[in-house]
Amino acid sequence: MEIIYLLFIVLLAAFLGFELIRKVPATLHTPLMSGSNAISGITLVGALAAAGAEQSLLTTILGTAAVALASINVVGGYLVTDRMLSMFKKKEK
Amino acid sequence: MNDIITIINIAYVVAAALFILGLKLLSHPDTAKKGNFVSSLGMLLAVVVTLLDQQIISYHYILLGFVLGGAFGAWKAKSVQMTDMPQMVSLFNGFGGAASLLLGWATLNGLQGSLLGAQTAGAFVYITLFFTVLVGGITFSGSVIAWGKLSGTMSSKAVVFTGLRELSILHLVAMVVVAYLFVTDPTNPVWLYCAIGLALSFGLWATISIGGADMPVVIALLNSYSGIAASAAGLATGNTILIVTGLLVGASGLILTNIMCKAMNRSLMNVLLSGFSKPVEAAGKIEGEVKILPAQDAFYVLEAAQAVLVIPGYGMAVAQAQHAVRELQSLLEDNGCTVDYAIHPVAGRMPGHMNVLLAEADVPYDQLYEMDDVNPRMENYDVVIVIGANDVVNPAAKEMKGSPIYGMPVIEAYRAKTVFVLKRSANAGFAGVDNPLFFKDNTRMVLGDAKDTINTIIREFGDE
Repeated sequence: MEIIYLLFIVLLAAFLGFELIRKVPATLHTPLMSGSNAISGITLVGALAAAGAEQSLLTTILGTAAVALASINVVGGYLVTDRMLSMFKKKEK
Repeated sequence: MNDIITIINIAYVVAAALFILGLKLLSHPDTAKKGNFVSSLGMLLAVVVTLLDQQIISYHYILLGFVLGGAFGAWKAKSVQMTDMPQMVSLFNGFGGAASLLLGWATLNGLQGSLLGAQTAGAFVYITLFFTVLVGGITFSGSVIAWGKLSGTMSSKAVVFTGLRELSILHLVAMVVVAYLFVTDPTNPVWLYCAIGLALSFGLWATISIGGADMPVVIALLNSYSGIAASAAGLATGNTILIVTGLLVGASGLILTNIMCKAMNRSLMNVLLSGFSKPVEAAGKIEGEVKILPAQDAFYVLEAAQAVLVIPGYGMAVAQAQHAVRELQSLLEDNGCTVDYAIHPVAGRMPGHMNVLLAEADVPYDQLYEMDDVNPRMENYDVVIVIGANDVVNPAAKEMKGSPIYGMPVIEAYRAKTVFVLKRSANAGFAGVDNPLFFKDNTRMVLGDAKDTINTIIREFGDE
């Protein structure tokens, strides 16, 4: 039952993703990519438990490294996307 | 169910809604900045509530990792040049893949550490963990190679040698075998190390054989992989927010990959395997001669023009010419001329690369047009200026059957009244394909560094 429920989430999220992204115009494709860099840093959420729970030394080390890498994506991704999007301006009439 | 777990899960639902709303707002330049902010709120919420989890008992390693990673990410985001965005996105794709790989490894290690965990975890968990490690590893090594090629650390040429195809097939077969051994004997770490090694090696060979001009496809695909790896990690750990969010990124990357392939009239397999095929023989000689125009004379033509179209390509990024182009645009507009820009989907080294460079130079985004918008009214332009673009304006795609790029949709610059091609030399372009545009009667080649050429024209305007 649990697996079926997870697969349902997979299916719905995939379709939703396609519908959402299809509407992003070509001019924003680079910010979309750096923005999805940031979003893929969601691995951070999973890594937190690995780094902070009471487990073997190896698990803690691996988890901490995962936290560091995912943090690069989250912080760097959102900041650079914001920097880019601030540059997009409409023509002044 | 535990109260805290309920709170965490409700917060995850809200976070997912914020991510979705953020992506929705990204569908227009006016709201995109807000969208990015909404998305970052979702991330903040997801991270903060996760820290409430009672399993997490020590915070100093988390803090250490976050401070190190966050500081590096912030520094990179502030200091990166806009021309260098493709390699930065590539590097970040790689970090995303590596993070998922490490998370998969840590999770497996945690399961093996506790007897209860190892017994209760079913085949589903091990299959998804294996998949996480595999996709994460391929993403990491592939992205590092892509980063090397884009940043010039290594040659951007496709590295091809005999046996490459066999090597790849060998990798795929080995992956299936190791997957079976891993799932049937999950407590033996050797299979995990084999999987990591195979993934890293496969990412390396698969990317090293792809040339620089195909990089937009590769970056988009690796972007997708980084999301799929995160999603697989979510399946393995039963974390729904990872599943949903990872798939949003996966879908985004796949759509961009598809757009890039369509814009080159090639299938994904063709791009990925192109390094394995023999180069295409030239399809007959092009007749005519190249007419060269000095930059000073180009000025007189531009001064008389009413409508100008600029078609930028990767060469504009290399020459850092976007600010000079913007200055020329202002001078032309003051002179009563309209200036438009036409952006081909695969211009540059990543999707939307040219748009960001022009935005950086303060070119309003509503003056940038897509290929299909400008082609029907190409005859109306007095002058088309092609800056550092080649294949995306190559009429061979329409006229020469047998040309390697035949059938690719191109910006039909040759139908304008006059075409200026700003180029270093009159040689063939990146793909090594001859460009009949250079030999057309209405084409003038303005040779030299694109930035210098435009600055010369700008000076002529100043002298008036």
